[in-house]
Amino acid sequence: MTAVPMTAVPAAHGTSVPVPYRVVARWEETPDTATLRIEPVGEPLPPFAPGQFAMVWAFGRGEIPLSVSAIPTTGGLAHTVRSVGAVSEGLYAAEVGQVIGLRGPYGTGWELEKAVGQDLVVVAGGIGLAPLRPLIRDAVADPGTYGRLNVLVGARTPADLMAKIETRQWRTAYTGVTVDRPDDRWKGQIGVVTKLLDRARFDPHNATAFVCGPEPMIRATARALVHGGLAPSSVRVSLERNMRCATGHCGHCQLGPVLLCRDGPVVGWDRAEPLLYTREL
Amino acid sequence: MMTTLSTSLNALPAEHRQRLMRIAREVSFPAGTRLFEEGGHADRFWIVRTGSVALDTHVPGRRSPVIETLGHGELVGWSWLFRPYVWQFGAEAQTPVRAYEFDATSVRLMCDDDPALGMAVSQWVGRVLAHRLQAARTRLLDLYAPYGSGSGVRR
Repeated sequence: MTAVPMTAVPAAHGTSVPVPYRVVARWEETPDTATLRIEPVGEPLPPFAPGQFAMVWAFGRGEIPLSVSAIPTTGGLAHTVRSVGAVSEGLYAAEVGQVIGLRGPYGTGWELEKAVGQDLVVVAGGIGLAPLRPLIRDAVADPGTYGRLNVLVGARTPADLMAKIETRQWRTAYTGVTVDRPDDRWKGQIGVVTKLLDRARFDPHNATAFVCGPEPMIRATARALVHGGLAPSSVRVSLERNMRCATGHCGHCQLGPVLLCRDGPVVGWDRAEPLLYTREL
Repeated sequence: MMTTLSTSLNALPAEHRQRLMRIAREVSFPAGTRLFEEGGHADRFWIVRTGSVALDTHVPGRRSPVIETLGHGELVGWSWLFRPYVWQFGAEAQTPVRAYEFDATSVRLMCDDDPALGMAVSQWVGRVLAHRLQAARTRLLDLYAPYGSGSGVRR
């Protein structure tokens, strides 16, 4: 993809015009996933909250929704993108110095602030860890505000684990990492991520869970959490649909009465469960 | 900790659990110890206290792939309860392991003598099996692939 020279322009808040951001760093998370650290070329977009997403442009290809995977205190943002299609491939391949476009912030966040005083159970499947990373960093940075922090990560293979070093460095009550298919060097847990719930340290009656990953994994995890005693409203899940306008107008991301770009992507399991089990939706 | 009460030994009524624990032996294994081999006679079982046990299967010409790891409070071995009492997989201590070991023949005789105990033990092992079947099915979905095993919009 060719870099497009851009000059500083005012941010077009509340419009569908993308704001230019420059890639200032890029690193590979897995063989098909990269994180882009970006900074605004001109005026930045309004602040993002963990869990919210932006519509990210690969100029000449199109745009896709991407949750923020880091919100550095020094400014700028990070997005983690897996190469699965034309647009995501273009973003994955973006080089340092290249300019991409952003609209946002959109959608609901994790709302960590509502879990003050509670144990936290963060469950990530594959690169579902990316949208959860800003939340985990906030919780790690402010340990006195919350109860015990648990981070549970599942992936298909060891190569599919992102942020391996950072995951080990988080100060938590319990960090568990499991894979479905180990390689010869893997010495850790093997099995579904829900198994790690038995080893996590939390009081189900005073805990909030945050779950992100592929939808079958979200369903299995949320069911296990509720079976273990958490209230469905205390299980917050991030759902993904075909988001286009991101402003609640086009209806592409509709899930029953919910427009996920506006009412989501983060919703309580009490709201999500009946919708996910409706075959017609 | 959110204990899966339905699959731990604590799921048994206290009197049955105490009867089982009276014949339990405390054992420990260094990392790398083979607890049993696929196809061998299933003459005992274990409840893990600390450490981790890997279940594996033999594939000719390559290292035995690990299917699952079992940790604290989990049952290692269920083939002892069902004829022909033959291990379906192999098991190896992945780390130093401390466990309670139970003699399978003794437990089966206790179950034969006391149908209430037999029912409780069968239900407990049945729940463990159901839990593992559910986990195996979930893994079959290849959950972490993009869009799971289904199709999605790829942009």
